[in-house]
Parts: sequence; structure tokens; C-alpha cells
Amino acid sequence: MSQSGEKGKVGEFPEAAGYVGFANLPNQVHRKSVKKGFEFTLMVVGESGLGKSTLINSLFLTDLYPERYIPGAAEKIERTVQIEASTVEIEERGVKLRLTVVDTPGYGDAINSQDCFKTIIQYIDNQFERYLHDESGLNRRHIVDNRVHCCFYFISPFGHGLKPLDVEFMKAIHSKVNIVPVIAKADTLTLKERDRLKRRILDEIAQQGIRIYQLPDADSDEDEEFKEQTRVLKASIPFAVIGSNQLIEVKGKKIRGRLYPWGVVEVENPEHNDFLKLRTMLVTHMQDLQEVTQDLHYENFRSERLKRPGRSTGAVEEEGVDKDRILMQKEAELRRMQEMIYQMQAQMRMKPADE
Amino acid sequence: MREAEKSMAEPQSKPDPDPKTEATVTGLDLFGYVGIESVLDQMRRKAVKTGFEFNIMVVGQSGLGKSTLVNTLFKSKVSRKSCSPSFEEGISKTVNLQSVSHVIEEKGVKMKLTVIDTPGFGDQINNLNCWEPIMKYINEQYEKYLKEEININRKRKIPDTRVHCCIYFVPPTGHCLRPLDLEFMKRLGKVVSVVPVIAKSDTLTLDERQRFKERIRQDLWTNGIKVYPQKEYDEDTEDRILNDKIREKIPFAVVGTDKEHQVNGKNVLGRKTKWGVIEVENVAHCEFANLRDLLIRSHLQDLKDVTHNIHYETYRVRRLNESNLNGIGLSTPLASVNGTAVRKESESNL
Repeated sequence: MSQSGEKGKVGEFPEAAGYVGFANLPNQVHRKSVKKGFEFTLMVVGESGLGKSTLINSLFLTDLYPERYIPGAAEKIERTVQIEASTVEIEERGVKLRLTVVDTPGYGDAINSQDCFKTIIQYIDNQFERYLHDESGLNRRHIVDNRVHCCFYFISPFGHGLKPLDVEFMKAIHSKVNIVPVIAKADTLTLKERDRLKRRILDEIAQQGIRIYQLPDADSDEDEEFKEQTRVLKASIPFAVIGSNQLIEVKGKKIRGRLYPWGVVEVENPEHNDFLKLRTMLVTHMQDLQEVTQDLHYENFRSERLKRPGRSTGAVEEEGVDKDRILMQKEAELRRMQEMIYQMQAQMRMKPADE
Repeated sequence: MREAEKSMAEPQSKPDPDPKTEATVTGLDLFGYVGIESVLDQMRRKAVKTGFEFNIMVVGQSGLGKSTLVNTLFKSKVSRKSCSPSFEEGISKTVNLQSVSHVIEEKGVKMKLTVIDTPGFGDQINNLNCWEPIMKYINEQYEKYLKEEININRKRKIPDTRVHCCIYFVPPTGHCLRPLDLEFMKRLGKVVSVVPVIAKSDTLTLDERQRFKERIRQDLWTNGIKVYPQKEYDEDTEDRILNDKIREKIPFAVVGTDKEHQVNGKNVLGRKTKWGVIEVENVAHCEFANLRDLLIRSHLQDLKDVTHNIHYETYRVRRLNESNLNGIGLSTPLASVNGTAVRKESESNL
């Protein structure tokens, strides 16, 4: 086995005795992924006015919502929760990211918010359903992964912790998606209030048995800096963030922030808020979020679905019944096609013999 | 004689001038000092002795800083702060009203201040009809006063537990009013003076604050919600000018705190953050001072008058009509409609 000479990088590695060369594999994977690009779906949930859109724009330094129409109060009374998904392709240093942001306007607006998360749960389930269908299909080359990989849940900083709506919602989706709780508009809190609120929220989450996304511990062979960073990140959940894309001049430099009569809040200053931490977490753990969605949430969903054929809930019901029938049909078709191939192969072997 | 009576009645409240005598009043110039103005001192002394009563209700979701604001307004710990470290209660399942009374004193003037808190308002998932306990409470206070008033042997000074002012806390979303806010203010604007304020407004920049206020004013106007000070109750141009200035600024964007910090060598009430100190009493930072002036320094008596003359009278008329229609009298003197009812009206117009 001599792989060292095959895929480029010839001559870079010394021809030491016993060196095979598959240490080169991560580079190959890296190159392939860069070519393929990444897909990531992020869902943002929270009451209106908590700065969700501003934060998304700040995080990805784009303007995902160029012409926003904010409905008046009377219109809000009639509205139900809607799901709006917008996709952008961002590129940085040759790496392409296909980012889908799923917004949920109307969440928590109504006087009676009893039904507001049914729509959201249905959406998440539909994405899983679609992926399951594609995965069980014949042509699996171009499966588009629209499953929700991460959900930022925005907690209002004005309360004393979690509201009943927050608790109910998180309990309903913690088995379907990775929840990252975020304290919005954190510039309204002093440092002490922020710490108190974070502790309060973590206590309530533990008390109610809500499973939020846990950052994986750094491996023991990573360098100290990375380990320290992971420790700091883990200690800062939930992140208290501020979003802004306005440039303000401070001490001669232009930085993003919010200008108040009493001072300037800097978005990227770790002393002012946890924005940088949130961004770091998202970027360094994007892969992990996708993996957890695949290995944990999707597998849970899949085993639930396949265990009880035809007894799924909501709009997915007819699809479910058909799904199994289609599955069996497709398996039968596969078998038929394989038989045909064997027959053809047998014929072809016989033909040259004839000639 | 008539002139003396008129000037005596002016500082208190403005009763309707008797139509028969108005035409005969002429202005007289005094050619010496008589001492009529000392009647103001006499009234002042009497008022100081009896003291004032003021009942204020605070409504809003939990965590918007209601208790802190009331404490800051009256510079004393009149309201139980629900975020004290020992507070372990969760969000209550129904709206229950808690009223706390204190007597605070300043320069010999005593005020019996009652703060009615409404924990649990708007905190549930399903907030339908969460305003009903509040409406019930307000109407109950009117009922109590009415019963006292039409009593045969009634007290010299009827204890006034009616809600004079209801401060409604709007969360600083920066967008517009929520359906819950609209519903509440629509219903309560008819029975009590509602003063909306933007809570925790240190989260809005000045531009956002301006836009938010305009949005709120527009929403209020489109929905026909009248908040204090109402345009219809302006009595003369002087009032109108003053109230117009206020109306341009409502809802006030407030910040409350009871902590003091050092700024430029002075001790100021404020919130200290890493990027600066938000001074509560600085009008460039927030409008707390405007709210305080409105509520306490300039319009306190007016709030009480509006409650007594307008809201209470509306309630009274409705109740009297109801009792006449149904025949369930509140008490026997009310049995004859025209005779005694009219007499009672003129007496209660003090």
C-alpha cells in the first residue's frame, strides 16, 4: 500500500521507513468539504422585539432582512405564528456556507399563546420527515439537508427568569433540536443582574428537566488554549448578547455598537456582552451541532417513526402511511432491477463465448 | 361677597359657576390690602392637617421594574421588591392584587400612599381576560365609595380607596404595542386614568425611543384609546398648553433604580454598567423626572379630580340607572328618582 505518492503532495512527506501516508487523509477531507460547501440551518425563536433579526444580521455580517415590514398592533391580533425560511450563501476564504435562517414571527404575540408552538414543532418534524424520505429513496446523491441543526431561543431580559411560555416551548422541542438559550438585549442588565439572571435560568432549566445543547468537552490532546476557551464558553451559557450593525466611532476607530446618551455599548467587546462567545461557539461547533442533530435527534425521530408505521400525527399522517408502502415498493423494485442486472451480466458473459 | 366666594373656591377645584349669578358679577378693584389672600394659608394649613390620600396602581408583566419605579418615585421603599434575594416565589397562576399603604411625610405634609400591585398580569401562556380581576377591583372601590356617599349617616371624610392613577408598563420591544397592551388599555381607559410608560427604557437608543413612541401614539390613536391627560378634560387654554406638551411626550420612557453612584463627584441615582452610568434623574438620559413631575408635582390633584369628577361620576350614573331599572335599591333614599337624586348630586359636587 503506497498512498503517499497518489494524491498530490508528492515529495512533501519524507520517505521514512514505515511511513504509509494516510496521515494525509484529513487534508483530503478538508479539501473535499471546502469544495462541497457546508449547509447549516438555524432557527430563531422568541417574542417580537427581542432583537432576533438584528442579532442574526450581526452574527453573519449580512443583511438577511433588507425590507422589514413590522405590522401594527391591530394586525398582530389577527396573526398566527408563521415560519419564514431565508437562505443565503456566504463565502469566506473559499469556504462556502449555505445558511438557512428559519424565523418564527408571531411567536408569543397573541394574548393566548397556547397554540403558538404547534406550527414550529410541525415544521421541525416535516424537515425530519423529508430527510427520512430522501434517505430511504433510491437516488441518495443529492440529499438536501434542511433539518434544523440549531435553535436559538431568545429569553427576555426583562423578566426574572424563564416565563411559563419559555418552559413549555423548550420542553416540547428539546428532544427534536439543539437548543441554545440566549438572553437578548443584554445591555439592559448590569453585570450583577446578568449573573443573577443566568444563574436563575440555569436553575430553572435544571429544575424543569430541559435538555439544552451541551458543548462537548475539549479532548485531552487539544492545546491548553482551546481547552480554556471551551471552559469559558461552557461557563457562559446562556449567552447574554447584544446585536447591532451600526458603526460608531469610538476613540478614532469605527466599531459596531449602540450609541446611548450615557455611553457606547460595543458589540464585540467581551466585557460588554457575550456576542463574541456566541459567535465562537457557533463557528467552532457547527460541525458538532450537525452531528448531534444527525446522531441524536434525527435517529430518535427515525426510530419513533419506523416503530409505529402509519400512526404519526398531524399533517405528516398520510405521508407516513404511503411512506412504508413506497418503501416496500421500492425494495421490490430494487430486487427486480438487481435480477435484471444479473441476467444481463450472464447474457454478456455468454455473448463473447458465442462469438 | 360673590367675588370672595369665588376666589375661595378656585384653588380647590372649579365648580360650575351658578348660571343665575354669573351675569351679575363685576370686577371690583380693591384700593387697599384686605387680606383675602390669607384664605390660601388657611386652606393650606387645613390640608396639611388632614393630609392627602393617593392610590396608584401599577400594571405590567413581571420583571418590568414596577416595584423599583414606585420606590424611586416616592423615594422610599413603599413597594415590596420582588427581586430581593429571598424571593423564591414563581410566577403566580392568576392575577391577584396586593395593596400596600404607607404614610409618607415631607415638610409637614402627610400623604397616605397606597400602591396596588398586580403580580401575574400577562405572565401566563393564555392571558385571556387577565384584566378582569383588575376591572373588578376598580369597580369595587367605586362601589364602596358610592355606598358611603349615599348613606344617611355618612362620615365626614369618606375614605377614598378609588384608584386615582394606573401606570401601565409597556415592554421596550421597540416595535409597537402588543395585542395584550391594546386590549387592556382599551378597557381600562374607560374607568380609570391610564398613564402608559415604557419600562426599562435603557435598552433603547434615542432614535429607537422616538420611533417607538410615535408608533405607540399612532396605535393608541387608531384604536381610540384615551390615556391621561385626556384632551376632552382640558378646562382652559392654560391647561391645554401644558397638557399638550405632556401629550407630545407620552408614553414616558423611564428607568428606575434605588442605587446611588458617584458621577462627577456627585451622588446620583443611577444604574452602573461597563459603558457608563445611566442617571435616572437626568432628562437627557431618561424621562423619569418628567413622569415624577407629572404624577406628583403638577398633576396629582388633577388626577384625583379627574377620578372623582369624571370616572366616578360615570360609574355612579351607571349604577343609579341600573338600580332604578332593576328596582334593587342600593338603599332606600334612592327610591325616588328625581327628588333626592338631584339633591345628592349637588351635594357631592364639592
